[in-house]
Amino acid sequence: MLASDDTILAQAEAWRRAGKGVALATVIETWGSAPRPVGSHLVIDEDGLFLGSVSGGCVEGAVVSEAADVIVDGKARTLEFGVADETAWRVGLSCGGRIRVYVERVD
Amino acid sequence: MRLDLLSTLNAERAARRAAVLVTELETGAQRLVKAADIAADPLHEALADALRMGRSTQIHFEGSAYFLTIQVPPVRLIAIGAVHITQALAPMAKLAGFDMTIIDPRTAFATPERFPDVKVLAEWPDDVLPALRLDRYTAVGLFTHDPKIDDQALIAALRADCFYIGALGSRKTHAKRVERMEAAGFAQEQLARIHAPIGLDIGSVTPSEIAVSVVGEIISALRKKPKRSEAGA
Repeated sequence: MLASDDTILAQAEAWRRAGKGVALATVIETWGSAPRPVGSHLVIDEDGLFLGSVSGGCVEGAVVSEAADVIVDGKARTLEFGVADETAWRVGLSCGGRIRVYVERVD
Repeated sequence: MRLDLLSTLNAERAARRAAVLVTELETGAQRLVKAADIAADPLHEALADALRMGRSTQIHFEGSAYFLTIQVPPVRLIAIGAVHITQALAPMAKLAGFDMTIIDPRTAFATPERFPDVKVLAEWPDDVLPALRLDRYTAVGLFTHDPKIDDQALIAALRADCFYIGALGSRKTHAKRVERMEAAGFAQEQLARIHAPIGLDIGSVTPSEIAVSVVGEIISALRKKPKRSEAGA
């Protein structure tokens, strides 16, 4: 099933109400040919299940693992991905764009 | 994000009301501003702009960076006419993410067998449109060729300022339609918003091809910036 923003945010609420730790990632800025527009969401639960996307699949793995830390410490953080960050994150956007992703816990 | 904010955001979406989640990026402080309450917010100008564009965005205000998560209602497509073209249109509209409803008072046309996977109302538009509450996030397509049926929905769509109004029929048919709407009191600028003949000009021949052109035209009306001349309308 293709997930729309409706189902993504509804899933975030449902997971939280079920007592799970949940993080919400949002694309807040893009440069160049970024794959997903500003405002795109990825929701992640404490078990690493996720729905939605912040890129075309290039950086989701890194966001999901960072989300695990956010769920534990509750501190929101901004991640940046792009061609220049390959050494930092070992992931990059093959399209050559750059994105910033805000990851926050659902409390 | 606080669960109560997320919950309200989801409730507003379900009620087809626009809302903006404001996040101060430095501190993580958040508030939810419903469309009706925007004027009272310190960021009201930026909120109104972002809402009009329907796009989430980052802004700077008095030295702080804010992210605005814009939520506008899911796009609906109301199709008048349970006809061959709308049979092809139904699965395409679903794939494009439009919430589609078909209305046709002719019970021989409006059957669940012909439309297995979409809402079909075998009623006159005048009887069911008030309850559907057309809004500016609704697209309306007229496909019956029958003014008795189409015009009811056209009048409702023009009054509700739907973002897309398309009408099947030749230029000649459309000229007559425009005459009837002028007689009903609509201004030329309003009537110029009707896409007729319906669909992008891609040389469509079959019902499926026409359906593709209609989906493309609706997406174009939804996503492209209005031309300068239309911006003030």
